[in-house]
Amino acid sequence: MGSDQSKTQNNSEQKKSSTDSTQTSISKKTESITPEFEGSLINQIVTRFSDKLVQVIYVRPGRAKILVPPNEIVQVASFIKDRLGFDHAESVSGTDYPKDNQIEVIYHLSSYSDDKLSSQILALSTRVDRNESRMPTLINIFKSAEYHERETFEMLGVYFEGHPRNERFLLPEDWADIPPLRKEFRIKGR
Amino acid sequence: MENEQKFDETIRRGLEIVKEAEEDRLMTLSVGPQHPGSGHFRFTIKVDGDYIVYCDPDPGYVHRGEEKMCEYRNFIQNIPHLERPVIHDSTNITYSYSLAVEELANIQVPLRGQYIRALASELNRQVYTLYWLGIYGIFLGHSTMFMWPLGDRELFIDLLEALTGARVTHAFNIPGGVRNDMPDGFEERCLRQVAYFEKRLAEYEDIFYNNPLFRQRTEGVGILTKEDAIKLGVTGSVLRASGIPFDVRKAEPYDVYNEIDFKIQYMKTGDSYARSMVPFLDMKESCHIIRELLDKIPKSGEVRAKLQPNPKGPAGESYKRVESGRGALGYYIVSDGTPKPYRVKLSVGSFRNMLALPFLLIGSKLADMPSIYWSLNYWPVEADR
Amino acid sequence: MMKDLVNPTNFNVLVGKLGDVLTRALDLPLGYAINWGRIWSLWPVHLETACCSVEFGAASGPRYDVERFGIIEAFGSLRQCDLVVVQGTVTRKMAPRLRMVYDQMPDPKYVIAMGACAITGGLYIDSYNVLPGIDGIIPVDVYVPGCPPRPETLIQGCMLLQEKIKRSKIR
Repeated sequence: MGSDQSKTQNNSEQKKSSTDSTQTSISKKTESITPEFEGSLINQIVTRFSDKLVQVIYVRPGRAKILVPPNEIVQVASFIKDRLGFDHAESVSGTDYPKDNQIEVIYHLSSYSDDKLSSQILALSTRVDRNESRMPTLINIFKSAEYHERETFEMLGVYFEGHPRNERFLLPEDWADIPPLRKEFRIKGR
Repeated sequence: MENEQKFDETIRRGLEIVKEAEEDRLMTLSVGPQHPGSGHFRFTIKVDGDYIVYCDPDPGYVHRGEEKMCEYRNFIQNIPHLERPVIHDSTNITYSYSLAVEELANIQVPLRGQYIRALASELNRQVYTLYWLGIYGIFLGHSTMFMWPLGDRELFIDLLEALTGARVTHAFNIPGGVRNDMPDGFEERCLRQVAYFEKRLAEYEDIFYNNPLFRQRTEGVGILTKEDAIKLGVTGSVLRASGIPFDVRKAEPYDVYNEIDFKIQYMKTGDSYARSMVPFLDMKESCHIIRELLDKIPKSGEVRAKLQPNPKGPAGESYKRVESGRGALGYYIVSDGTPKPYRVKLSVGSFRNMLALPFLLIGSKLADMPSIYWSLNYWPVEADR
Repeated sequence: MMKDLVNPTNFNVLVGKLGDVLTRALDLPLGYAINWGRIWSLWPVHLETACCSVEFGAASGPRYDVERFGIIEAFGSLRQCDLVVVQGTVTRKMAPRLRMVYDQMPDPKYVIAMGACAITGGLYIDSYNVLPGIDGIIPVDVYVPGCPPRPETLIQGCMLLQEKIKRSKIR
């Protein structure tokens, strides 16, 4: 378990070296840590799209995470839904990384219709620029992401293109500050 | 050409006038936050005569910024404020948090600790569901169904108080196990309580679920089909009422649940009646699980792993979920290797079930609103976080 | 002469004087009766602001049963209510609504601040969306500490409020 966690730690380094990572290296990683089923799911995605596009962050029992660029996320998501059978989003959240000047938006996808997949959670993540944080919405593919995306817009300021309501949801109507989950927003007294 | 344009213009304006006239027919109602039927939540509905044609939920009245606060406290300090969103189900909401931290910091929980966790979680599920049932009863005008569950709930609260030391805010699950062992004679007390409660459940069924008035108000009301339930990604009792046997305890067994033999309770009709029946069946099954846990629990042993004062693990992330009273309750925790989490996200059942509210309300009658709204097993404080 | 004394201009003054005299004469016995009536029929508004509402619900349940102390279960229009039990954290979104509810209630009205969050902000003192106590928006009569307060504590708070009403002058 420790090995794959350290891999996430080196996430940014991996991203830099993503251009020279090859198919073999990714499959080697998945073999070394993981059960077959999760690895085969991820391999399907990687073979359908090129490994430059889809970057595998980790594969663990029951959990897997991939990173795709924001302009390709719609194709990858529809492939995941139509071919792999993940049918709903459990959660959509964002994490702010001021060091990389990026915001990571992560969709935790799961399945009700397929019994085999019910214990699986596939994390589909993308990284958008912090100053120009825009990405296409996935609510046409995963309707269940609607309120989660709205919350992510409000809390991190990521604008979802195509989402009908990028507006206030949980915060008060007169909120006039930066989105609260960005790291430069400090809460009082801390 | 010009004439055509003019014609188009006239039609357009005419349509607008018709539309305005239609808009005038509609009455806008603001339900909540000061309203018996909504709690800490507000939704705007528009009614055309008797029928609801528009619904817009407006949560956030109890948004307290839990996720931001988590970033300023270490993993142990986070427990008390994370259980506040659902204080009557506080063991379950800290359960998945503990599981996620254990995965991050690589902590092993002793077997007896795992059993006590599951036991406390099942007892707390009863407490939560009984409170929900009481509220559901009173808002359908059934006063007895408010008094009975709230009375029986106190008995389970007594059990949990003996176990944890607090009425509702237990802070019992911590990374590494549970805070303390069971007191003497707890097993017998528990078994006596469960035997009594099972008798009571039969009475509930007689007075409430077989009540013709209740059945008329809920049967065939607000039907959520299987396909829509999957599409909307609802969870918990709402999902199981629509005919999908999904329970995190079975789908992805955590701790000792893979050693427990129980059935997933589900119904196929998907109406308000099914949504109110499934938690009741869950309570019955929960009694069975409690018996089985008490039967299989190791008689002695540690309940808590030794931890360093500020537990931390290598940088990484983890997503863990448990089955709470309202459905799957997931925590997504990102750690950067320090004792404080870098990002905590709660994916709660109430927030996910809220998407079904406008879906079910639009097209139904105004009088069906309470029976649909409360059948969604929605707790606004949890949804707002 | 009578016409000079009672004309439309000074009639109101006369009635007012008469009212003063009557109030002074009947203040003690009438005040006692009115206060007695107020004590035993306190109607709380059904406004839940946060998680303390669970314990408020338990207090109206059969074991604790606040109704035997004259606090009626929270079901009614707020224009008939005379008690606000602020059940926990007040967020920035809820605060205007709380004030609006308070303004719409008829006089006399009383406020119980239930739970640490309603008193000082409590556990959420450093949150960006929570008010540090409700004193800033509405005047509070009784503070009930606890997180959440046990139903017994809430009942004690209600009894303290009744003591306060008993000793207060009628308005």
